[in-house]
Amino acid sequence: MAFRKDLLLISSWIKNDSKVLDLGCGSGELLKILKQNKNIKGYGVDNDIQNIKSSLKNNVNVLQMDLDKGLNSFESNSFDYVVLAQSLQVVKKPKDLINEMLRVGKEIIVSFPNMGHWSSRIQLLFKGMMPITTNLPYRWDNTPNIHLCTIKDFLKFCRDNNFEITEQCITNKKQKSSLLTKIIPNLFGEIATFRIR
Amino acid sequence: MNNKSIEKITTNIAKIRTPLRLVSGKTLPQYDLKYETYGELNENKDNAVLICHALSGNHHAAGKYQGDDKVGWWDNMIGPEKPIDTNKQFVVCLNNLGGCHGTTGPTSINPETNKVYGSDFPIITVNDWVNSQKELMDYLDIPYWQFIVGGSLGGMQAFEWTLQFPLLVKNCIVIAAAPKLTAQNIAFNEIARQAIMKDPNWHDGNYLSKGVFPNHGLALARMLGHITYLSDASMKEKFGRDLKKSKLNFNYEVEFQIESYLRYQGEKFVTGFDANTYMLMTKTLDYYDPIKDLSKSIKDRLGDSKSKYLIISFTSDWRFPPIRSKEIVKILLDNENNVSYSEITADGGHDAFLMENKDYFDVMRSFIKEVDDGF
Repeated sequence: MAFRKDLLLISSWIKNDSKVLDLGCGSGELLKILKQNKNIKGYGVDNDIQNIKSSLKNNVNVLQMDLDKGLNSFESNSFDYVVLAQSLQVVKKPKDLINEMLRVGKEIIVSFPNMGHWSSRIQLLFKGMMPITTNLPYRWDNTPNIHLCTIKDFLKFCRDNNFEITEQCITNKKQKSSLLTKIIPNLFGEIATFRIR
Repeated sequence: MNNKSIEKITTNIAKIRTPLRLVSGKTLPQYDLKYETYGELNENKDNAVLICHALSGNHHAAGKYQGDDKVGWWDNMIGPEKPIDTNKQFVVCLNNLGGCHGTTGPTSINPETNKVYGSDFPIITVNDWVNSQKELMDYLDIPYWQFIVGGSLGGMQAFEWTLQFPLLVKNCIVIAAAPKLTAQNIAFNEIARQAIMKDPNWHDGNYLSKGVFPNHGLALARMLGHITYLSDASMKEKFGRDLKKSKLNFNYEVEFQIESYLRYQGEKFVTGFDANTYMLMTKTLDYYDPIKDLSKSIKDRLGDSKSKYLIISFTSDWRFPPIRSKEIVKILLDNENNVSYSEITADGGHDAFLMENKDYFDVMRSFIKEVDDGF
C-alpha cells in the first residue's frame, strides 16, 4: 500500500513504542503506519463522521471531537507525540491549539501546506485570483482552510509565541527535500513539517 | 437498509442453582434467567455476543415470535447482515435479574416462603447483573465474549463487564450511556418511584397478593420517563401543538396529541411491566458508580482490561448527553485503553440508540467488521 510521503516523514521522527495523538487524523493512515512499523499506542482525533468510519475500518482508535474546543479529554504530558498533519489551517485558533498540544504532548509535530510556494505566488500575481494548488484544491468561497500561512509566517508565529522548533523538513511537489527547498524553502517548499517543543 | 429479521429464535430458561451473593449483602439462593439466542456458536467458540438491555427491555431483542407481528426491541441492529450479524455471530440476550419477563424477579415465587416476592425481592446492582450473566455464560459454555453491546443502562452493564471480568470481553460497545447518574437523572427516577408508591394500589409493593396493580402510578412513571427519552426537536416534529379535535374545549380532557400519545404509552406499558421491577431498575441505575464501587480505584479495576471499546453518543440525547459519554472515554483514555468515540448527529433524543441511522449503523459496522476480520 502506498502511504502519503509526508506521513512517512512524520513517522520517521517518531520513536518505537511511544504514545501518539494524531489530531485531524483523517482515515487514520498515519496511526496505521505507526502501529505496523513502530508498535506505538495511538489515538486519532477527527470531527468528520466519514473519517471516523474510515479510521475504524483501519483498526485505529479514533475519537470524534472538535479541535476548536481544545484537548480537555487529554491529561497534561500524557503523550510522547502530538501530531497535527496538514490540519493547522483548518482550526479557528492555531495558537491556542498549539499551546494545548504542547500541554498534552512531550513533543509536537506540525505540518502545513506552504502558501508561499511559487505556484501560489504566480497564480496570485498573474491571474490575480486566490491560488488553487494540489495541496490547496479549494476555491476561496468553499474551503475548510481558514488560516493559511507561508513558512515565513509560521517561523515568525513560533518566535512570537516562544514555540521552540527543534527540527524542520521542507519538501517539494515530489515530497522530497531538494537543493532549492533548502536554499529558498519559502518559495520552493510545498509542505513544511516542524518538530516543536 | 436490510429489513429481514432473524427467523430462528431460541428462547430458553437457565436455571441457576449456585447462590448469588449480592452487593447489598443479601443472597439469592437460586434464580432463573430467561434468554434468547440468535445464530450459532462456532467451533472455536469465539463469536459470542452479549446484548444488554436497558431499563424496560427484555430478552426478546430480535426477530418475531410465531403468530406475532412485532419484532424484538433491537431488530434493526441484530439480524442477518445487520450490524450485529447473526450469520456470523452467536448473539445472546437475557432478561436481567429482577426483570418481569421470565427471569426471577419481584413477580416470581420466593422459594423460602412460597409466596410472590413483591417488594421483598432484593435490590440488584449492575455488579450483581454482571455476576449473574457470568453464570449464564458458563451455563452456555462460552469462553469469552467477542462483543458485549448495550445502550443506556445496558451500556453501563457492558462497561461494568469489562471492569469485573476484564479478560473475558474482547470488545465492548457502550451506547448512549454515562459512567454514573447525575442528580438530575436520579431526580427523574425518584419522581417515577414516588408516582408508583403514591398509587393507592401500591400496598408497600405487595399489590400482587391483594390482586391489584398500581397501574396509575406505573403509567405516570413511564410517561415521565418517556419524555426524557425523546428530544424537544423530535417531539416538536412528531406532535407540535397538534390537537386531537379541531378546536379547544376549555376543559382538562385530552386535547393535544402529545397528551394522547403519552397516555397511550403509559397505558400500553402497564400491561407488560411490573411496578416493583420498575422500582428496582431505577434504583439499580441510581446506585451505579463504577468509580466508587468495590473500594478499588477505576485504574485498578480497569488494570487488566484488554478490551477494545467503542463509545457512541447522540447529539440530541439529554438524558445521557454526549458530554456524559465523554466521561467514559476520559476514564479509558487516562488508563490507556483502546477506545474510539463517535458522536452521532441525530434528533431522536436518548431513544436514538434504538433507531436506524446511517452514520450510527455505519460506525457500528466499521468497528465490528474490522475486529471480525482481524480475528
